[in-house]
Amino acid sequence: MATILDPAVVTRKPPPAPHGGIRESVRERLAPYGYIAPFFLLFAVFGLFPLLFTFYVALFDWNPIGERTFVGLDNFTRLVDDPRFWNAVRNTFSIWVLSTVPQLLLALGVAHLLNHARLRASGFFRMSVLVPYITSVGATTIVFGQLIDRDYGMVNWFLELLGLAHIEFTASVWGSHLTIAAMVMWRWTGYNALLYLASLQALPREIYEAAAVDGAGQWRQFRHITVPALRPIIVFTVVNSTIGGLQIFTEALLLSPSAAQTCGAARQCQTLTLFLYEQGFGRYQFGYGSAIGVALFVMVVITALVNFLLVSRSRAER
Amino acid sequence: MTRRRSGHRVPLWVYAVLTVFCAISYFPLYWMFVVATTDSATATRLPPRLVPGDNFLDLAGLVLETVPFVRALVNSFVIATAIGVGQALVCSLAGFAFAKLSFPGRHTLFVIVVLTMTVPLQLAIIPQYMIISRLGWVDTLQGVIVPGFVNAFGIFWMRQHIVATISDELMQAARVDGATTWQVFWRVVFPLVRPGAILLGLFGFVWAWNDFLWPFIVLKSPERYTAQIAIKALQNSRDIDLGLAMSGSFLATLPLLVLFVFVGRRLVGGIMEGAFKG
Repeated sequence: MATILDPAVVTRKPPPAPHGGIRESVRERLAPYGYIAPFFLLFAVFGLFPLLFTFYVALFDWNPIGERTFVGLDNFTRLVDDPRFWNAVRNTFSIWVLSTVPQLLLALGVAHLLNHARLRASGFFRMSVLVPYITSVGATTIVFGQLIDRDYGMVNWFLELLGLAHIEFTASVWGSHLTIAAMVMWRWTGYNALLYLASLQALPREIYEAAAVDGAGQWRQFRHITVPALRPIIVFTVVNSTIGGLQIFTEALLLSPSAAQTCGAARQCQTLTLFLYEQGFGRYQFGYGSAIGVALFVMVVITALVNFLLVSRSRAER
Repeated sequence: MTRRRSGHRVPLWVYAVLTVFCAISYFPLYWMFVVATTDSATATRLPPRLVPGDNFLDLAGLVLETVPFVRALVNSFVIATAIGVGQALVCSLAGFAFAKLSFPGRHTLFVIVVLTMTVPLQLAIIPQYMIISRLGWVDTLQGVIVPGFVNAFGIFWMRQHIVATISDELMQAARVDGATTWQVFWRVVFPLVRPGAILLGLFGFVWAWNDFLWPFIVLKSPERYTAQIAIKALQNSRDIDLGLAMSGSFLATLPLLVLFVFVGRRLVGGIMEGAFKG
């Protein structure tokens, strides 16, 4: 999947010989633009323009009625001094680490097991691991919220059986982060396992058979065959979940209904996107909210650059 | 099928681990169903009762009293269908042009498509909202639908799919017959790549059905809510009944589960072919 970021995948071909009269040929020449026009028009209006306009709005004190005053870089200096912003950065990063690392490791393991040549009911297993993916984040959050409820939740019932006290997960930083990370993991592990499985199936089976004949057990096969073969797709999924991690919103909004926009009274799990929402749509500060959007953009660009470096390094090694 | 016969016997623990993993995948959905069918006195009892109750209709009735949920399901269906079909068409057209036509600027424009895939447009949500309100589309379904057509990854994938499916010889043969580009696309290319386009549309449908942030910002009045936004409204009225939001979540998930029974295999295949970027 590393080829995604490689412009060289586009091949050039000579133009086809025109048919018919001149008018026909002009129309034929323009036809390609007609085919790509719907996308580019929609993208310009709802994608590129808003993206660029974010940088512009961020320079103003701007409210939804359209009143605005130019304030230069004030929004950015405010942002850098705003402990709520750094809190959101920390929360986003913490949730991302807690969810991505165990998720991708687990997905690797599941993919390795699903890749067994003689696995029965493999179609059933593959479909089952994808069930969380078709469950909406909203519904997922409602169920997990119920499961970790302080008084009635099943998780706390287990803790009680173990002789531990009930925990109000949503009230603490680590508890809320773990809960959100668990939801993200639940939803995406199977999806990533299928991506890994697809790459594994491109490998010749004989490699595993030869390794088994040489006496390599499951673990050594996993370490020395599965993991190296999957390196490009692992980079892809890491980038994917990083960009997904920066966008976590619904889980945080629905986790603490009493203080939804901050994900709890102490902002214990307010993510960057939720902070953007709170400032932009909760407090009607379009300018300040856009400055948060710019900060997110910078983080996405850094992610893309790191990805690019990783991909080109792994190519150079080959 | 010779593949299945080769290799060593699968150890029993592999089945055990996979079964546990699948059970964890299903459990939250099953629990949603249990709570959605149980009165709250029973649902909050510990140790938890793991079998469904017979209270489903009562709770579903309460859901309908609290928010116009049937309407919300219809709205979700309209939005998701329109976005699925729209993405399939927009991406097939552009994918065809990038795969099989040559025109000045093709390379540059395709690089732009690839670059846009990496930027999550969600960060530009404030200006997006400004545009929607300029167009007078706040609190309308088209305000959710039309921006949902933009799917750069879909174009990337359709282009690959068309390159792999349609040979240059086929294109040339069609051209020799004197067909215009449009005729080539509509009569020759599209019928052959229709399975791919349908797959793309299915992913678009699932994505749009489950999407939250953008509909949450655009749709204001309860009769325009999608099912996902209705869940949020049910959560706010949690004091009425603990199981209310769970029933809503179950009702909002059920249509996709039914769809999944029929197309799950294709979605699995699609993800393994790289047809969807999460």
